[in-house]
Amino acid sequence: MTQRAAGAGDELAERRYEPVIGLEIHVQLKTRTKMFCGCELAFGEEPNTLTCPVCLGHPGTLPVLNAEAVHFGLMIGLALGCEIAPRSIFHRKNYFYPDLPKGYQISQYDIPLATGGRLGDVRIHRVHLEEDAAKLVHAGSSGRIHGAEASAVDFNRGGTPLVEIVTEPDIHSPQQAGEWLRLLRATLKRLGVSDVNMEEGSLRCDANVSIRPAGTATLGTKTELKNMNSFRFLERGIEAEIARQEEILRGGGAIEQETLHFDPATGSLSSLRSKEEAHDYRYFPEPDLVPIAPTDEMLARAREALPELPAARAERFERDLGLPAATAKLLAFRSELGDYFEEALAADSADAPALANWVTVELVPRLEDEDPFASKVKPRALARLVAMVSERSVSQSAAKEVLDVLAAEGGEPAAIVEQRGLGMAGANELGAIVERAIEANPKAAEEFRAGKQKAIGAIVGFVMRETQGRADGGEVNRLIREKLGA
Amino acid sequence: MSELLELSAAAAAERVRAGELSARELFELYRERAANEDLGAFLWVADEAPEVPADAPLCGVPVAVKDLFCVEGVPSTAASRILEGYRPPYTATAVERLIEAGAPVLGKTNMDEFAMGSSNENSGYGVVLNPWDRERVPGGSSGGSAAAVAAGLAPWAIGTDTGGSIRQPAALCGIVGLKPTYGAVSRYGMIAFASSLDQCGPLTRDVTDAALLLRHLVGRRDPCDSTHLEFPGEVSLPGAESLTGLRFGVWGLEEEGVEPGVAAACRAALARIEELGGAVEEIELPYAEHGLSAYYVIAPAEASANLARYDGVRYGARSLDGDLTSMYERTRAEGFGAEVKRRIMIGTYALSSGYYEAYYGRAQKVRTKIVESFRAAFEKVDFVVTPTSPTVAFKLGERTANPLAMYLSDYFTVPMSLAGIPAISIPAGLSDGLPVGLQIAGPPFSESRILDAAHALEQAIGFEGRRWR
Ligand SMILES: [Zn+2]
Repeated sequence: MTQRAAGAGDELAERRYEPVIGLEIHVQLKTRTKMFCGCELAFGEEPNTLTCPVCLGHPGTLPVLNAEAVHFGLMIGLALGCEIAPRSIFHRKNYFYPDLPKGYQISQYDIPLATGGRLGDVRIHRVHLEEDAAKLVHAGSSGRIHGAEASAVDFNRGGTPLVEIVTEPDIHSPQQAGEWLRLLRATLKRLGVSDVNMEEGSLRCDANVSIRPAGTATLGTKTELKNMNSFRFLERGIEAEIARQEEILRGGGAIEQETLHFDPATGSLSSLRSKEEAHDYRYFPEPDLVPIAPTDEMLARAREALPELPAARAERFERDLGLPAATAKLLAFRSELGDYFEEALAADSADAPALANWVTVELVPRLEDEDPFASKVKPRALARLVAMVSERSVSQSAAKEVLDVLAAEGGEPAAIVEQRGLGMAGANELGAIVERAIEANPKAAEEFRAGKQKAIGAIVGFVMRETQGRADGGEVNRLIREKLGA
Repeated sequence: MSELLELSAAAAAERVRAGELSARELFELYRERAANEDLGAFLWVADEAPEVPADAPLCGVPVAVKDLFCVEGVPSTAASRILEGYRPPYTATAVERLIEAGAPVLGKTNMDEFAMGSSNENSGYGVVLNPWDRERVPGGSSGGSAAAVAAGLAPWAIGTDTGGSIRQPAALCGIVGLKPTYGAVSRYGMIAFASSLDQCGPLTRDVTDAALLLRHLVGRRDPCDSTHLEFPGEVSLPGAESLTGLRFGVWGLEEEGVEPGVAAACRAALARIEELGGAVEEIELPYAEHGLSAYYVIAPAEASANLARYDGVRYGARSLDGDLTSMYERTRAEGFGAEVKRRIMIGTYALSSGYYEAYYGRAQKVRTKIVESFRAAFEKVDFVVTPTSPTVAFKLGERTANPLAMYLSDYFTVPMSLAGIPAISIPAGLSDGLPVGLQIAGPPFSESRILDAAHALEQAIGFEGRRWR
């Protein structure tokens, strides 16, 4: 009996778990004005300067829906392959908090703008519109409203249009969550509907996390993680929560449904509220607004506004240009980088995989700004340089030197090669150097003739040093072999 | 002076237009009366006559405005202590349109707090006395507006009607009150009670004044109110003297709670209708009897959310007491009156998870049924006629201890509110020396036809309603 009990305990302790993760993403839309009033949207203005009676919740004021926010919402819904609701409505979500001037948030509830789409390997549950809360600033050490000496509200952010995107629980690792969120971010950025800046809060992500014994299908009790305002924090937060849940289950305990706050400073999770403390938001249809019923014109306009999206672009790079999957993704998910690459590709006859490699491996570390177009290296110049490498008029290592000069000063690669004498060593020059190299390494020459292939390395190295990299390795090899009669 | 006071608002406007009367003199006459009244009808009175453009159609005839409307820089409290000292930074669309049309604001009138009540006894700033009998209520919630018009303290007034708040006080004060089609008048700047029911309308001495005031309240779409609708055409001024060819469907006259005197006055009015050539028949309005029950779920539910903004954070009263939660609790405990608290609690309960379908969901179904009942009725008749209120004005304090008895005041007016259709109350006669109102309702946007019929009937009844001294 004891044997079996111990066995069962071991089994519990060694059981492998599969994480099941769903994400809820809030996206601040880059509309000209707020969701329900005419106040301008701007980041970093003097507090409480972008307000009006409507977004301050004055008595008697009424919301009026921002048509541009609906347009952006439709674009997002269509980009994610969702079905657009012929008629969606707003509800009031009731709760008291100083950052919520009306005492309720206007949000879509049971009939959202769009449902049932897919992005990459993750299904989209729903996409809906709502308004953002204002910003609270707390004086005192607690950093939270409870225990604060005083709290101030900045209503500039209050009423910013938000789109909430909810995924199905299709994600199974923190890394997958991070990677998928990057794809979503790239997609939204490409749509031009948001700044999608996690640090500034224009892209915010909550995660619903549960685990289950690997191979089983039922869902475990989930917890909700909040406040992960970077990709790194998202991955770390989910990782920490999976570890916490595994420890509880391995110890024979049960997961409690609760909302957790991730503290990036300590990497720890603390409970915000349990299921019992969960709000009853008393949702009911917002009587001050009429339903959103997108017309054919609205849908057509949203469809026409869709650019090629990152997932499709990566696929095209891979399929049509023969780029490796990772490189294709890198270029497509950073849409400026993809644009830069395509402009360069169109400018010269460079080989696409080689050019892509130069953009992602060589250019990116040399960029001072996130935006490659801000660099002094013009797409046409980089394309020329890569073409010169494949034409063998400049060596790989010399080309890297040329790129350093381009990045620092700009200019044309051919001129830089000319000025700095970085061109390939000519046949005569190279022949002479090879001869000197053999003379200088008699021992290596002897060994090579005796059949020790490796010995050639010393002679090649001499030539490369002498030419300062301005020689093609293959050509140098060939010449040495010829001179040594091999 | 008294001669000027006799003029209806439309007649006064004509005098000003003809150059026989100065708008300033007219304003000063009423300003003086409003500032010195002793009914409790006004909460604020303007200091001086504002400039009115010479060609403005309403010629400077001032209007009393229910305190539920925001007027820039003017105290606007919805008769609640929680908004004490609040001066809005903007003006309600309805008031702005009247000012533009040449009807400046004379003052702000008393009301039941946040329009919740049928007697004006729920005001945070004192009761209003009925000019017909100072021991009785003027009705509510637009009690101040109704009393002001009946007592000649204002040429005319605007109020709001959520379940009868224009029509019932108009009936109890012996004047005309019209609740327009839901969406006909912009709600922007009208402090919300129950958003899906609230509607602004005129309280006037006669039907012509009601038509004239309504004409300038409705009109082009207000971009600030998503539920506002452009009025089809212009409101015509009534001129009908006959009711020939019109069918009137009578509902509820036999109901138990209708006072005999009220029923008698209404029957007399129905006889006038027939004399004028109208056809009168009894009709059924299925589900209308459940109107009150549905109303007392829907209106408090919406109110519970609409009144959440009064939290002491941004404006109005604030009772500081330690932490945030205590500030909320004390501010609202001290700022709201008993009836407002009762309705917030009813509404909060009705929307709570687990109860939503049983209360709010079912109430909405009843509402849909009532809409269908009226639609069916209007296939057979042109108008639905009922007593406006089952009783005449009751004594102050008589129903304050019994909310259900108070709620019954709105039995006949609530179904039209739920259906969103227009309805007018006009004086039908007297019962024991107190006015009785007759309600005439029609399909959506039938205001001009209702006003025309009401005008013909008004002429035939010849009610003498002036109660000033
Ligand atoms: Zn605003």
